[in-house]
Order: sequence, then C-alpha cells, then structure tokens
Amino acid sequence: MKKLLGTVALSLAMTFAAGAATAAEKLKIGFIYVGPVGDHGWSYQHDQGRQAIEKELGDKVETVFVEKVAEGPDAERAITRLARQGAGLIFTTSFGYMDPTLKVAKRFPKVKFEHATGYKRSKNVATYNGRFYEGRYIIGQIAAKMSKSGVAGYIASFPIPEVVMGINSFILGAQTINPDFKLKVIWVNSWFDPGKEADAAKVLIGQGADIITQHTDSTAPLQIAADKGAMGFGQASDMIKFAPKAQLTSIVDDWAPYYVRRTKEVLAGTWKASDAWEGLAQGTVYMAPYTNMPADVSAMAMKTEAAITSGKLHPFTGPLYKQDGSMALAAGKVIDDGALAGMNWYVKGIDGKLPN
Amino acid sequence: MSALEAVILTIITASTPLLLAAIGELVTERSGVLNLGVEGMMIMGAVSGFAAAYTTHSALLGVGAGLLAGVGMSLLFAFLTQTLMTSQVATGLSLTLLGLGLSGMIGEGFTGLPGIKLEALNIPFLSDIPFIGPVIFGHDILVYGSLFIVAGVAYVLFCTRLGLIITAVGGNHHSAHALGYKVLRVRYGCIAFGGACSGLAGAYLSLAYTPQWIENMSSGRGWIALALVVFSTWLPKRLLVGAYLFGTVWIMGLYVQALGVDIPSQLLSSLPYLVTIVALIIISGNKTLTKVNTPACIGQPFAPER
Repeated sequence: MKKLLGTVALSLAMTFAAGAATAAEKLKIGFIYVGPVGDHGWSYQHDQGRQAIEKELGDKVETVFVEKVAEGPDAERAITRLARQGAGLIFTTSFGYMDPTLKVAKRFPKVKFEHATGYKRSKNVATYNGRFYEGRYIIGQIAAKMSKSGVAGYIASFPIPEVVMGINSFILGAQTINPDFKLKVIWVNSWFDPGKEADAAKVLIGQGADIITQHTDSTAPLQIAADKGAMGFGQASDMIKFAPKAQLTSIVDDWAPYYVRRTKEVLAGTWKASDAWEGLAQGTVYMAPYTNMPADVSAMAMKTEAAITSGKLHPFTGPLYKQDGSMALAAGKVIDDGALAGMNWYVKGIDGKLPN
Repeated sequence: MSALEAVILTIITASTPLLLAAIGELVTERSGVLNLGVEGMMIMGAVSGFAAAYTTHSALLGVGAGLLAGVGMSLLFAFLTQTLMTSQVATGLSLTLLGLGLSGMIGEGFTGLPGIKLEALNIPFLSDIPFIGPVIFGHDILVYGSLFIVAGVAYVLFCTRLGLIITAVGGNHHSAHALGYKVLRVRYGCIAFGGACSGLAGAYLSLAYTPQWIENMSSGRGWIALALVVFSTWLPKRLLVGAYLFGTVWIMGLYVQALGVDIPSQLLSSLPYLVTIVALIIISGNKTLTKVNTPACIGQPFAPER
C-alpha cells in the first residue's frame, strides 16, 4: 500500500513538473553566422541583435548561435541541427544560406526562418535586408571630398547584387562631387579573410588609392589604410578603435529593432513570411560618427544623410547610365526594389568589368 | 612611394611566413621526420605571439612567445613520434587539429582586439634612400630573420659536420646509429627547430602581417609550406625561390585585378599554386640531384636494432 501511494505521488509530481515545464517552455531562437562573432563586423552586429532579443525578452526566449558556418552543404547541416534541437525561429545571416534555408524550411514547416540579404521566400521563410547602399552613397561623397588622388580602392567579396549595388551607390555618391572619380575594385571571393583583405588593401594603395572601403567583414583593410597613411570606412560596425585616425565613418548595421520585433510576432503568433528592406529611416542602418574630416565635409554628409532618411533623396535616381552607355533610368525616376535586388551591372564611370 | 616599391614590399610580406614555416620543416624532414603539424604549430605561434604582445605591449616579446609556442607543440610531436613511436603522419595531422582548436580556445578573449604591430627596423640613414631604402632596409626583423635562417640552414646542411649528421640520420638512420650518432637526439633537435620556425611564421602573421588575432588566420599556409618543401626537393635555395614565387604570383593576381584586367578573380586565386608547382617541378628536373637530396628514411620511426 505504501509503495502504491508512493508511486502515485511520484507520477503526479512528475506530471505537474512536466506541465509546468511545458507552460514555461521558452521559444528557442537559433542564429547561423557566416563569420566569427569576433569579426567586429557583419557577424558581430548580428550577434548584437541576438543579445538585444535576450535583453528584452530573456524570460520568454532562449537563444543559441553557431558561428563560422561556411556557405554550402555545411550550412544545411547546421540549420537542420538547430531545427531538430527544437528551435522555433532561425535567423540565417548570409546570402549564401539561401538555398539551404529553403531546403530545411520545407522539411520543418512549423519552424520559422529569417534569411538575411536573400530574395527567395516561402510560407515559413522570410527575408530581410538593410539598405546599406544608402550609406554607400554618403561615404562615396565623403570619399570624393577627402581624396587627394581622386582614386578610391574597393575591396569586394562576391559579385552578387548586394555588393554590386553598394559599389554603384558609392561611385554615384562620389560622382556628385567629382564626376571623374576613379574606383579600383578587387574581388577577394570571401566574406572574411583578413590576410587577403590586407593584401588587397596594400595593392590598391600602391596603385594610387588614398581612400579604402570594403564589402568584406574584417578590420584588416582599415588597419592597413591607417598604417599606410590612407583613410577608409568601417564596414558593418564602428571600427574606429582599430583606426582612430583613419576611419572617416562607418556604415553600421543595427538588427536589434527588427529582431526584437519579429521575435515578438512569433511569440504572439502573428508572424508572417515577409520581405523587409529597411534603411536609415528605420534605423536598421546608421552612420558612425563622422571623424577625421573637416567640418564642411561632415556637414555635407549629415545633410545627405538627412535627405536620404526623409526620403527626399534616393541614391539611384535617374538619369542613370550603365557602363555600356545604355540608359538604366530615365531622368527623375527612382529605381524600384526589384531592379536593385537583381542588379548585375556597373554604372558608367567604373573601369573594369564586373565578373559573373 | 612608387607602385613598384609598394608591390615589392607587399610580395615580401606575403612570402615571409611561408618561407619561415617551410625552412623549419625542411630541416625536420632532412632528419627523416615528416611533421604534418606545421599549420597547428603556426597558428599556436600566432595566438601566443598576439597574446604575449597584447599583454606586455611588446611585439618582440610576442615574437619570442610565438617561437616558444611552436617549440612546445613540436616537442609534443617529437615525444609522441620518436619516443613512443606513433605514426608520424597521424600524429602530425592530430597536431594540426590540436593547434587549430587550442588556438581558438586561447584566442577567444583576444579576438577583435587591436593588435601590436612589429615595427620595421628604420635604420636611420639607409632606410631613407629612395626606392632601395624601404625595399631593402625597411623591413621588420622577421623578414631579415627568415633570410638569415635560410642562409644559415644552407650553410649548416652543406658545409658543416652537423649538416652531414642530419643528412645521414635522414638518409639511413640504422647506418647513422651504427656509426655512433644519436639519432633520436638529432631528430628531437631538428623537430624543435622546425617548431621554432613555424612558431615564428605564426607570430609574423599576428604581429606584422595583419596585427590582430582571428581564429584560423593561418588560412592553410602551413599546408602550402609543406608542399613547398617537397617540391623544392629539400634544397633551401629552391625553397627560397618557391616561396617568393608563390608570394609574387599571389600579389600580382590582386594587382592585375585592381588594374581592371578582365581575368576571372577565381583563376587568379589559383595561379600561385599552379605556377609554383610547375616552376618547382621544372627546376627539380635533375633526377640524380633529386634522389641525392631526398631523405630516404622520411616518415619511418627509428627503433635501434638490438
């Protein structure tokens, strides 16, 4: 009899415990980063967003991240593992995770996926991006004003629309100050390779560039620029402490507002697959303080920033000509998001061919 | 600074870590030991160098720490393969994995911190000569160190008794043992030397090349160094040519891209490997010379016959 009572009590207790656990079960959120959190660039900023979620909703969510996941088959494995571990919301933070995300999403229809900088969506895959090209336009103007040689060096990763629109926006901004501004581009075919990025920066400076900018994730190019007496721009995060005298400004990604908003939607059950492309106006992109430049240049930059934020100015406004001379946009027209997302051509004024 | 100056300086910077790691491995292999753990020793040198330099604010101490880290890793390898007689290939690969993982762990707190740069030796009068000044006299000690080490290794291997002993141990360890040479002692020494050089190469990466610590920053250079040693048929002069050729094609690939020439960047990225392999194969066309210089006992554990 004692034994029976004991067993009943134990099983009742366990049921209550299990019930309590299910009731308080936190939403598990997974993050896949393409680089290390310590890159102080792209992945670092995404992790800041993750930490913002923890700070604001820490009692309802539990976050986990995997860093340095290479784009390709490894990505699919990593995403699948997160889904199997019970994640309800997964952020895949690089363009190259596009197809792996969709594949895994099909197998886990109850899990919600957010893919950064991609263009393919499905019922449970949303995409999100930042209008970084708005920042590129501003730094293009600064570059043209600050450059003594009239040549800037651009360290680019892969020839995808995201990167191409950045290059185009940069030169368009520069051309408003100096119509003959020259741009030299080196493709390093990696998002993060400090050695190669440093080499590319050295070569560009050796060829006459005195402004360095990049669409890669390490602080190496800026450090090389500082070392060699050139100036540059930080990428994705404020890199001022790596080059206190050489960073002019930085295009900073702030994913926190978007991440917190989407997490709340999942918790409330109102999450829908959507395509968010926010920029200066919504705070997803912001400029680091303007440093190491004369007051008139920073005033100009702030004016441009205000114009873009208010919507009065769009970097891609016609008349716009492609590199081959054909007209891309008629005078006065503003480019539409679809054309931007599929951009695979250079604007007029860039020497060198865009690789496929 | 002219473009040519900039290119030459960049080439020298790119080639030095390869040269350092490879010359150390050359000595190790000459004594008959195949140490595949170059990448692991190099990355441990990088993280130790950075950590020491960051905490002491002295790049030179960082270089020393990198050297010691390389020696430490290599002595572990030496103990396993020479005293415990484990398979050299397996142990070397494990050493690489250990180095990569351990360095990531140690470097966790150092990621993304601004680094201490190993400054160039600015020799007061000589460095100011236009063109020749920066190109020949404007480097940091590790660049000059790498060239001295190569010259030193060539001298020791071919002009001294120690070099003969090392070659003997690598060529036929049983005969060397019969002659009374301490095979294990020689191998321990050569392995430690190889470790020291790999450690220096790693320290160069995190203190001079890109003064910061990022996990995996050696990016496979250890493997390139290993290949260079073999393709140069264990001759220091050819190794020097190979390492600098690799660095030259690597930098010229970036240079060509910046000029706007329409060659796919991926092809340019693969050219250094192709060109270096082809060039070294051509140089090593003399079969007799190749046979003479190959350490016949490489990879074989030494167990004295009773």
